[in-house]
Amino acid sequence: MANAELALGALGDPTRRLIFKRLRGGARSVQEIAQGMDVSRPAVSQHLKVLKEAGLVVDRPEGTRRLYSVDARALEALRRWLDGFWNDALVAFKDAAEREATKERKR
Amino acid sequence: MTEQPIPAGVDPNSVRKVVGVQAPQDVAWRVFTERMGTWWPLATYKIGKANAVDAVIEPRVGGRWYERGDDGSTCDWGRVLSWEPHSRLVLTWDINADWQPDPKLNTEIEVRFIAEGKDRTRVELEHRRLDRFGARRDEMRRIFDTEGDWGRLLESFARSAAAA
Repeated sequence: MANAELALGALGDPTRRLIFKRLRGGARSVQEIAQGMDVSRPAVSQHLKVLKEAGLVVDRPEGTRRLYSVDARALEALRRWLDGFWNDALVAFKDAAEREATKERKR
Repeated sequence: MTEQPIPAGVDPNSVRKVVGVQAPQDVAWRVFTERMGTWWPLATYKIGKANAVDAVIEPRVGGRWYERGDDGSTCDWGRVLSWEPHSRLVLTWDINADWQPDPKLNTEIEVRFIAEGKDRTRVELEHRRLDRFGARRDEMRRIFDTEGDWGRLLESFARSAAAA
């Protein structure tokens, strides 16, 4: 819950939403993200830091630069939070029932 | 956003959900009723003081539906009104709007398991009699149903961010 709220708070900023959208296409460096944007590279870095703290974005080193990408687990947590109680419970039930069915078929 | 009215044509006293499950009807029934503790989101949806480790439905009409904590304590969620193995289950949900047990609340959850072929089951769930939440019905209905779609939510956040 706290994470979802942090994530939504982070996405309340239009520049951060734009950065987040750009990452949907795959991992990008700060330079690539800043290209064509009306925002300085240090500002992009600062926004990425907020997105990272909100659990929406992960980063990894590649050579001399860092690549940023969307954290799929965060999106899943957000979706669950937004979907409400019964959707959340039923999605979890569906997964469990299908796992069980697969297990029993193999027997 | 929490002030959104319930759209016209939607029953304000009931929430309905359907999920398609790639599993035979008896497996779906068994996982739902016998193994609720393996899938129920116990970390977020529980009411006792202890950490919840299991959710249990006693397999008979009049049976208890409860969570069990890691200290052995139990906390009632409701009871079984109908027990029709593999096809239909009706439970009461006796947890009030403050997430406290209230045996007199008596909202109802009906779950139907409908075979759609050998390996597929449609599970329909209805949580009804939400009028029993009184003045807090709409608030609770939103929690059970949906907090709102992405687009609307982000728009409202964008608006509040712009206004800040």
